[in-house]
Amino acid sequence: MFGDGAERPPKGSLTGNPAVRAAFFQILLVVALVALGWWAAGNVAANLRAANIATGFGFLWDPANFDITQSLISYNASMSYGRALLVGLLNTLLVSAIGIVLATLLGFVVGIARLSKNVLVAKLAQIYVELLRNVPLLLQLLFWYNAVLKPLPGPRQSLELGGGALLNNRGLFLPTIDAPAGGPAALAGLGVAALACAALVLWNRRRVEATGRSVPVLPIAIALLVALPAVSLALFGGAISLNYPELRGFNVAGGVTLLPEFVALLLGLVLYTAAFIAEIVRAGIVSVSKGQTEAAEALGLRRGLVTRLVIVPQALRLIIPPLTGQYLNLTKNSSLAVAIGYPELVQVGAGPVLQNTGQALEVISLIMLVYLIISLVTSLVMNLYNRRIALVER
Amino acid sequence: MPMSHVADTRAGEAAAELKPPALERSRVAAQLASLVSSPTNIVLTLLALAIAYAALVPAVRFLVVDAVWTGVDREACLASTAGRPVGACWPFVFNRIGFFVYGQYPIAERWRVNVTALIAMVLIAWALAPSLPRRGIAVFLFFVPFPIVAFLLLTGSTALGLEPVPTNLWGGVLVTVTISLLGMVVSLPLGTVLALGRRSSMPIVRLVCVVLIEVIRGVPLIALLFMANRMLPLFLSPGMQPDSLLRVIVGVCLFASASMAEVIRGGLQALPKGQYEAAQSLGLGYWPMMLLIILPQALKLVIPGIVNTFISLFKDTTLVTIVGIFDFLTAVEVSANVPQWSSPVTSVTGYAFAAMFYFACCYAMSRYSLAMERRLATESR
Repeated sequence: MFGDGAERPPKGSLTGNPAVRAAFFQILLVVALVALGWWAAGNVAANLRAANIATGFGFLWDPANFDITQSLISYNASMSYGRALLVGLLNTLLVSAIGIVLATLLGFVVGIARLSKNVLVAKLAQIYVELLRNVPLLLQLLFWYNAVLKPLPGPRQSLELGGGALLNNRGLFLPTIDAPAGGPAALAGLGVAALACAALVLWNRRRVEATGRSVPVLPIAIALLVALPAVSLALFGGAISLNYPELRGFNVAGGVTLLPEFVALLLGLVLYTAAFIAEIVRAGIVSVSKGQTEAAEALGLRRGLVTRLVIVPQALRLIIPPLTGQYLNLTKNSSLAVAIGYPELVQVGAGPVLQNTGQALEVISLIMLVYLIISLVTSLVMNLYNRRIALVER
Repeated sequence: MPMSHVADTRAGEAAAELKPPALERSRVAAQLASLVSSPTNIVLTLLALAIAYAALVPAVRFLVVDAVWTGVDREACLASTAGRPVGACWPFVFNRIGFFVYGQYPIAERWRVNVTALIAMVLIAWALAPSLPRRGIAVFLFFVPFPIVAFLLLTGSTALGLEPVPTNLWGGVLVTVTISLLGMVVSLPLGTVLALGRRSSMPIVRLVCVVLIEVIRGVPLIALLFMANRMLPLFLSPGMQPDSLLRVIVGVCLFASASMAEVIRGGLQALPKGQYEAAQSLGLGYWPMMLLIILPQALKLVIPGIVNTFISLFKDTTLVTIVGIFDFLTAVEVSANVPQWSSPVTSVTGYAFAAMFYFACCYAMSRYSLAMERRLATESR
């Protein structure tokens, strides 16, 4: 836009011509980059030859010969490095997805609490934000893992958290729901109910636009969502039974086990990111001018409707872009799991895979590529959503 | 009502009769009333009290009430010795503080670290305090001669009669601050160049800058550090292998430059187009325009953003511990496991101390950034 004297008329000499100079500088840059790349590639070849390290991605199909403590897909030591990295990637996505949901919930609660008229609630939220934001995440992770979860008593003295959940130094044990005989029917009922709710919302929206009158959508939706699965369960039989974790011998069996590494990582990521999200939410809400609230109240909208129809849509516009940044940060920060040994992509890749193969170039490039793809996809999705809610100006 | 008020004041006579409306309640009373103004608020207040109680009481107990304050080794911090439940083991911190700050830097040479730190503090205070004169000189001194002086002082040089200290003896706060400050000193100019490149009219320059910035920002710092640690040596010829601290600093500098570039780009975009056009109409070329007109204004606009980048950089330096660099957090971790001090409370004490250190530094910086933001907001009005 503002290149070398772009507005000056070309003079007679070549050096005075902006177009010529721009071309010259760009050719110079390309030549320098190519030379640098050539030199680095030569060094890489020489160094790899000297260290006798294989090149190429063939190692991905070799047997990995190491175990991974948590895996969403079937995995054992005889499977390939590629499979091990996939297990790591899935673990990254798992902790990030759960972390994003929880951090968003907590962040919104704390952000709204910061604006509460209740002084105590507002101060408490402020202290939370300042404390969590200003202490490095790695330190928080080490604290949760080494100082809180590791010194917990063994399975025999498990802490009971209520609801059948157990916590000990082997991890967090949660009850699961056993699939009853009528399970598929109940799921189908839930699906039908969800479709019905969506139809109800659409129909109600049209009705409001046409007549200005609204039906109580939320109670009807809740009733539908509860009643349909319940009815189908009753029809097809099978009471819901919970599979509680319980102590058998020296360990806990039943339910689902969350490794202490996973719990520590999730706790650290959620608490840290929520502090940042809270600030974003607060800034977003504060930015909606008071006149908007007053205008909505003057129209006779109830308090809840003012928030839902006037404040939130406008605040979201400011909240979404930085929120996307926080989601990406959380995903990238999940790589700090290296420090506490949760088997996500970087821990698996830069740990056992790199040590066993020595192929730093390939492994680290692969890790970086995967994160780049995650970043790009997340940005794309959030940008699409952002475009949908963005202000349409005339 | 306001109209009649104005009229009265103008008349001048009735003004004395108008008293300011009495505050119904003092501020404190109003705040207290807000705690119980409605049933929901009462529930919220009780909930907040419960949370505060659950978090605060154990923290105060651990850090102050149950803490051990004197002792020479782990014996003092055992529940069996104290005869009561013990909290933080502060003698551990007092005893290891030298190690926390300097790592294994030779004790006889530690004055060199202190002198460097003193120079840095004076220059930074001079450059950042809005009321001091000639802050430009401080900025110049900090970015050009200071790194050279610091390098000579810290690594030593036989020509100057300073005993060389290899970087593998450096540690603790010294390494944390060295990495963050170097990241700062490198990332400001490099980030500026990248930001200018991203807004350049030359397509290839723009492409190179965009790719560089987005790739670096798209990957976790850990991956960059592993890259710097494991891949960088491969890219260089066998004769010029950098030491491990330098490798990590390269990774941190790349990361900081990419973040800084985006902050500075914000400043460049926020500047009205008229500034560019005015500079061009004066006949200034690209670099004079940027250096004399655009950058001084754009950088000033984003001082809060720059400070915030530095805060994250400062926190992110903890990650170097993962690639085996001996920073402050590593010093605390290692110390908690030495046999002289190892006890059930040592590691928590170490974490608490580290958290206080980082909190104090980051909170102070964020306060400064907030103050600058307010100052800029009033200046631009």
